[in-house]
Amino acid sequence: MEIPAIVGGGLIVIGVGIGIGGIGRGAMEAIGRQPDAYGKIQTAMLIGAALVEGIGFAAMFVL
Amino acid sequence: MTIVKSRFFILILLFFSHFELYSNSLEKNIQELEKEIKEYINHHVLDSHDFNLLSYTKEDGTKFYLGIPLPVILWDDGLAIFSSSKFKHGKSVVKSGENFYKLYHGKIYKTDSSGKIYYDNNKNVINTSPIDFSITKGVVSIIFVSIIMFFLFRNLANSYKKNKMMAKGIGRFFEPIVLYIRDEIAIPNIGEKHYKRYMSFLLTLFFFIWICNMVGLTPLGINVTGNIAVTFCLALLTFIITTVSGTKYYWKHIFWMPGMPLPMKIIMAPIELLGVIIKPFTLMIRLYANIMAGHIVMMTLISMIFIFRNWIGSSLSFMLAFFIAIIEILVALLQAYIFTILSALYFGFAVEEEHDH
Repeated sequence: MEIPAIVGGGLIVIGVGIGIGGIGRGAMEAIGRQPDAYGKIQTAMLIGAALVEGIGFAAMFVL
Repeated sequence: MTIVKSRFFILILLFFSHFELYSNSLEKNIQELEKEIKEYINHHVLDSHDFNLLSYTKEDGTKFYLGIPLPVILWDDGLAIFSSSKFKHGKSVVKSGENFYKLYHGKIYKTDSSGKIYYDNNKNVINTSPIDFSITKGVVSIIFVSIIMFFLFRNLANSYKKNKMMAKGIGRFFEPIVLYIRDEIAIPNIGEKHYKRYMSFLLTLFFFIWICNMVGLTPLGINVTGNIAVTFCLALLTFIITTVSGTKYYWKHIFWMPGMPLPMKIIMAPIELLGVIIKPFTLMIRLYANIMAGHIVMMTLISMIFIFRNWIGSSLSFMLAFFIAIIEILVALLQAYIFTILSALYFGFAVEEEHDH
């Protein structure tokens, strides 16, 4: 693997990490505010995280 | 504070383990080892023509294999069927009818009687390869999982009949999961009216992916859902069902989004149409990449034991491998869940009926 590809991979991981981190944080705050809606929030969180992750993997394949 | 300290401690350990590693004059040996490990991981992750459980090099230099050969079925101007044991793990050429075949890095190529492989300038093989319908390791695993599922759920269904709508035995474990898929995945996403049509597909999808993932975590070295062909077919099924069950309203939303200014409609139509393809595409890539990445990480961490060759590095990489293995159990369930819920979501879009925005 060449150096630009490695740097690109690192950038992808940073981006996806920030994305999933933001989703997790949002879900945590939402659960903190409304503990009753735990199940619904978790489902929405997982879907969002999966979509972000999917973009990350798609980018990895382009690499 | 304790976390910082322990991290610092680990760093020091890593440093010393590296130091020890390179102070031994083993560098050349290690490079060979790394190459071997790379091949080993590739072999584990990819599909193969025999069911190999283990292989090692004997003291006299010959390789020992323990495993079951599987049938090879080729279409090459006529059917050619023979056992994969004839390849002798890529060492010998197989004559079938008029043609000669050779196994080279997991793929079957057509050669002459001496088994020569030709390359172009970029080191790609230019021998033609026949159309391969072989029962490979992945196919055997899929059949195995299908049989497990068939008997599991037939027993579950029968136990309802016998015990007056009460599950017994293994059904006690599966009933809540089935109910969860109905109540939390199908009904909220597809809607009360239409969900029943899609339940059988969603349940099959969920349990097939889950069981395949779990079987992949056993030391058998099966990697079914980490094979892009398998995930492609699963995603294709979702795509076909979505497309076939799409209502007038669904297609209207794709080609002529109501409630939008005309220039936007023209821009949105191709994007939405692209979205129809991208949705199953990401389903395919997500499952494939997750399982593949998990397997590679786990294998690499286990292989690190043989690279470190001291108790500090090896025990650390063992602990990491153990940790990743536990995470992979979670991922196995999570990916099955995500695939199912996203499929349900897409079906929900397809059967949605007209309502006021």
